[in-house]
Amino acid sequence: MDNTNGKPIVEISGLNFWYGPKQALFDINLAIQPNRTTAFIGPSGCGKSTLLRCLNRMNDLNDEQRIEGTITMHGMNIRHPDVDVIELRKRVGMVFQKSNPFPKSIFDNVAYGLRIQGSKKNHLEERVESSLRRAALWEEVKDRLQESALSLSGGQQQRLCIARTIAVEPDVVLMDEPCSALDPTATAKIEELIQDLKRYYTIIIVTHNMQQATRCSDFTGFFYLGRLVEFDTTNRIFTNPANKQTEDYITGRFG
Amino acid sequence: MELHFDQELAQLKEKLLFMSSLTEQSVAQSLKALIQRDDVLAKKVDADDDVLDRLQVEVDERCIRLLALRQPLARDLRLITMTMKISTDLERIGDQAANIARRAAELNKEPELKPLVDIPRMAEICQGMIRDVLDAFVYEKPDLARQVIKRDEDVDRLNKQLQRELTSFMIEDPATITRALLLMRIARNLERIGDHATNIAEEIVYLYEALDIRHQH
Repeated sequence: MDNTNGKPIVEISGLNFWYGPKQALFDINLAIQPNRTTAFIGPSGCGKSTLLRCLNRMNDLNDEQRIEGTITMHGMNIRHPDVDVIELRKRVGMVFQKSNPFPKSIFDNVAYGLRIQGSKKNHLEERVESSLRRAALWEEVKDRLQESALSLSGGQQQRLCIARTIAVEPDVVLMDEPCSALDPTATAKIEELIQDLKRYYTIIIVTHNMQQATRCSDFTGFFYLGRLVEFDTTNRIFTNPANKQTEDYITGRFG
Repeated sequence: MELHFDQELAQLKEKLLFMSSLTEQSVAQSLKALIQRDDVLAKKVDADDDVLDRLQVEVDERCIRLLALRQPLARDLRLITMTMKISTDLERIGDQAANIARRAAELNKEPELKPLVDIPRMAEICQGMIRDVLDAFVYEKPDLARQVIKRDEDVDRLNKQLQRELTSFMIEDPATITRALLLMRIARNLERIGDHATNIAEEIVYLYEALDIRHQH
């Protein structure tokens, strides 16, 4: 798997980002391949989550932010003022560190985005089922769809959030530490799921867990102090990184 | 930053070095047993082979434990996986030395066929290869390992020459067949030692440069 092959789905070039006076990202250039999983790794505060949040303009919610450079998706500039941010976030879904189901039924959680889109009832049921199946949760919840989402276990809640995200058929799914609150069994299920889901979506995952990056990503970017230090296939990054800082980080000899 | 893991890796390297020095010694002593017709030394080499076998198991156990418990990556991963391969090659070199020693003991029961010339030359090259490959490991010199690989051709050439020469001995005088065959096998053992030293050299290039150069020369 080559990082230069194929037409990227997301292209980031010359990206700089500031929180108030503090610059958080420096000249990021990166191409994300479609239907692949890309992992962002690096120590806390390295900018990986900030970059993730630039991709669906979550950072817009922060008044103090300033951004320079371009981010395109399918060749279209997502930072253009005419871009409908709601539409963008439909195409770029996000799953967070802490599962955040709505205090509604399991069914309604997955149906939420679809109803806003105005899906018809028949179609709705079909899509809820297929999303729950893709999120590997259907078998566990099919007989209790009307129960509260909050009755599910932590791992199930996180898979429910993934089902809710993919129900609106996004192109890209962003995951910010999706397993950090889960036990190893639930983590393993999510990791399996990530590998299944890349058939349909492009996945970008931020993780502190190096083994997680090795297990489920095709490409890995290592960030340090707001810079993208190295980007390559996951295999190469973890067997023979080109950069000494990358090697020191992944082998636990940082600092 | 010095980690506990670094200490464990240092211990692993030390174990492998101990194993290599013993291997080097076995090869030298097996040849000495042959050239000086020394039965006692031949027996010792044979016995030392058990020690090498145990060391190989011990090195592999350590490697597997580190893989499981430390989940090494990058350079650490290469060190541990290559240590497993190097220990296998060392153990095989030990086996070849033990074979040479046993055949030397057989030869000692009969009068000398001829003064040995090519076998000591082969042995000298092989021992040099082992020595340099270990230096390449200890001093992290992949270029030295690359030079070792080139010398394997000399070993192969001498082996072929010997096989031809010993064949003509056997044709001329069937009474030499037993001894000539034993010498042929010893030459073959040395040729295998050269091959294992070459493997180790390739493993060292991979360890330090992450380049797989097998089957390319």
